[in-house]
Amino acid sequence: MDEGLRNELSKAGVFTTSLSELYNWGQKNSLWPLQFGLACCAIEMIAASMARFDIARFGAEVFRPSPRQADLMIVAGTVTKKMAPQVVRLYNQMPEPKFVIAMGACAISGGPFKQGYNVLKGIDRYIPVDVHIPGCPPRPEALLHALMTLQKKIEEQSLTGINRPRQMDPNQTGEFPIPTFGAHDLEPPSNPEVWRPIKIDRGS
Amino acid sequence: MSLTSTGAANPFGALSANGTESVQRFSRSPKPDPGDLGGELLEVSMGPHHPSTHGVFRMDVVLDGETVVKLKPVFGYLHRNHEKIAENTSYLGSMPYTDRLDYLCSMTNNWAYALSVEKLAGLQVPERAQYIRVITAELTRLLNHTCLIGFLLQDMGALGTPMMYAFREREKILDLFESLSGARMMCNYMRFGGCRCELPKHWLEQARQVVEDFPHFLDEFEALLTGNEILLARSQGVGVLPKDLAINASITGPMLRAAGVGYDIRKVDNYGIYERFEFRVPIGAHGDVFDRYMVRVLEMRESLGILRKALTDIPEGPIMDPKSKLRGFKPKAGEAYGRIEGPKGELGFYLISDGSANPFRYRVRPPSLINLTVLEDMCLGHNVADVVIILGSVDIVLGEVDR
Amino acid sequence: MLSLDQIKLRIEQAVPGARVELVPNGALADQASLWLDAAHAVECARFLRETPDLSFDYASNVTGVDWPDTTVKTKVKKVVEGQETDVEESVVKPGFLEAVYHLYSMTRKHGPLVIRLRTANRTDSVRLPSFTPVWRGAEFQEREIFDLFGIVFDGHPDLRRLLMWDGFQDHPMRKDYVEPDDYEYEPTPHDEVLEKAQSRAAKEANA
Ligand code: SF4
Repeated sequence: MDEGLRNELSKAGVFTTSLSELYNWGQKNSLWPLQFGLACCAIEMIAASMARFDIARFGAEVFRPSPRQADLMIVAGTVTKKMAPQVVRLYNQMPEPKFVIAMGACAISGGPFKQGYNVLKGIDRYIPVDVHIPGCPPRPEALLHALMTLQKKIEEQSLTGINRPRQMDPNQTGEFPIPTFGAHDLEPPSNPEVWRPIKIDRGS
Repeated sequence: MSLTSTGAANPFGALSANGTESVQRFSRSPKPDPGDLGGELLEVSMGPHHPSTHGVFRMDVVLDGETVVKLKPVFGYLHRNHEKIAENTSYLGSMPYTDRLDYLCSMTNNWAYALSVEKLAGLQVPERAQYIRVITAELTRLLNHTCLIGFLLQDMGALGTPMMYAFREREKILDLFESLSGARMMCNYMRFGGCRCELPKHWLEQARQVVEDFPHFLDEFEALLTGNEILLARSQGVGVLPKDLAINASITGPMLRAAGVGYDIRKVDNYGIYERFEFRVPIGAHGDVFDRYMVRVLEMRESLGILRKALTDIPEGPIMDPKSKLRGFKPKAGEAYGRIEGPKGELGFYLISDGSANPFRYRVRPPSLINLTVLEDMCLGHNVADVVIILGSVDIVLGEVDR
Repeated sequence: MLSLDQIKLRIEQAVPGARVELVPNGALADQASLWLDAAHAVECARFLRETPDLSFDYASNVTGVDWPDTTVKTKVKKVVEGQETDVEESVVKPGFLEAVYHLYSMTRKHGPLVIRLRTANRTDSVRLPSFTPVWRGAEFQEREIFDLFGIVFDGHPDLRRLLMWDGFQDHPMRKDYVEPDDYEYEPTPHDEVLEKAQSRAAKEANA
């Protein structure tokens, strides 16, 4: 339906929408985050849910302790190798549709602790991430911005076609393999389905 | 009857061994022994993702019905290799990492590390910087204790409200830190032999204002909490830590003092300029969760006294030891252990220098980890719901437990 | 607090056969340490804790240190083919692992007393007596040393890895630990990182 006609109709008191718009509108305004703090960034996440920053303005204040009731995972903090299998497992336990915000330098890439032997260099090695927030820690405003970015992303998704979201594709389970503890490292060290090492062209 | 710490004629009456009458004690009726019901023991893994474990901490709990018969903490879910990384960078390069140890109290972490390096390199801290350190450290103590109480009450079931109050106050202190250092949480403010930058204009007035307002908040907070029957009933007589065990298990900080041992490193070591301030060390009489709560409230009131004096006495002058070098800093070979009374207990740094630019050995003595030694002893015989509160009263931050 | 020499004397008197050595500290003279021999260490520790005028009842900081093998090069005069020349001879000084304890007294409010225990080498004889029966505060810290340095503490009630997972095989805080090569490099690497990046690029090109 074109914009002009819709405007005309709304002047006449008729509200029209499409199914996908309604679906996306409902989804984006009631994101329930998993109450899931890993490290320092979690404190800023809590601060974002408190009075001053008030994440409730965006409909995302219902922090759920159980992954079964949540649809947004905010990976707030350093994911260590010892913790990574649990993070993936929690992600698998969340029902579709589900989204991931990687909050802070650590969740993106290992951040300041990148050289650590027990630090996972970014949660996107195992699960797909929708929004990355840089910062160490990102300010609560940055988390709010990430939430708005995610809302925009949801708003723009189309429910059909090749780019349809995962839950609309019956062939995708939304489950990702859980790494196991090896003798020296996690096995496998990353999931090649979701992550490839970045190729940096060095000229020579 | 007023139960707040100011309500009593002597605020320490509530806790000192000779005046416990001002706080009503709840006696728990002993649990009826159900006899042998022939049930099996149940093994429950609490965490590492659990809303009450304050981060990624796990406990393997064995339950007989509701009663804990065995509890083994499992660590390492936030082991970020701080020590290994620090041994591969310069001395100064580790300073930002110390912020991320106990991420609620970056200023005291900075101070502990700076203190150790100053011992190692023989640096002197100028007067003004000493005052700034005391001010920021005591503000950190306020911040940590309010947040802790918020979390503790959250664990008791008061969802939201105490936390909201605590975080509202925290934001005021964070604003001070932000204008001072540029970052809310990770201040990275202290340097070896002083502080990184001069106080901004009007900072002292703002800080005075925060300190002036804080007692009102504390009164309000306590009016809400200290006399609350639920809090009393759930925290008194729970998680009792005997004095001898506390000493033998190297417990430090408010937990040790709640168990009745008057050991405060600010008094014992007199590091910095603490001998210039008059403050009392609150001591608990029962060693239970309630005493730990109360010791922290009273400690905050004492900190306010220190802050008031420091904010008026602070002199003008340099804030860095002219001898200290930022670049090419190589202390001579040797070792040093420096410790301070952090909000959670004794925070120490042990450094071995081999004369090069990187420390040969860098070790953090984490108070939260060591305070967990007695977690099992405190929890045995209690219900699962009490485990949550007992853990909350220990005051752990996983960044420091696992490093 | 008594001076270290006095404490050393007292220990030697109280625990027959104990060998105690003073280890000087180049930076802080008042934090020099006492080295105890492993065979009598627990007895010495008990003595330190229980003697009323010492009463080191509080084991604050317990940690490990890895001293790798060092090669000392010395010039030796040798007669080679009838001529006297300077020949460099390198002698490998075997390394050892060390457990360091910082003791304080809560009753008498003094300290620190630093005591050290040393293993014979870094590979096969890495056993030391545990102080956990004397000071429970050492429990987790000794487990941590076992985990990260690989010192085995005899007499520890529950010696398991503390921080890494159980199947992990290395001791990461040792100086010769090689961590998994698993992070991508920054766009402008230099020094060691550049070398690493180049060697990895070469590996990828070969594969
Ligand atoms: S990004 Fe920074 S603040 Fe966030 S978890 Fe990592 S170290 Fe902590």
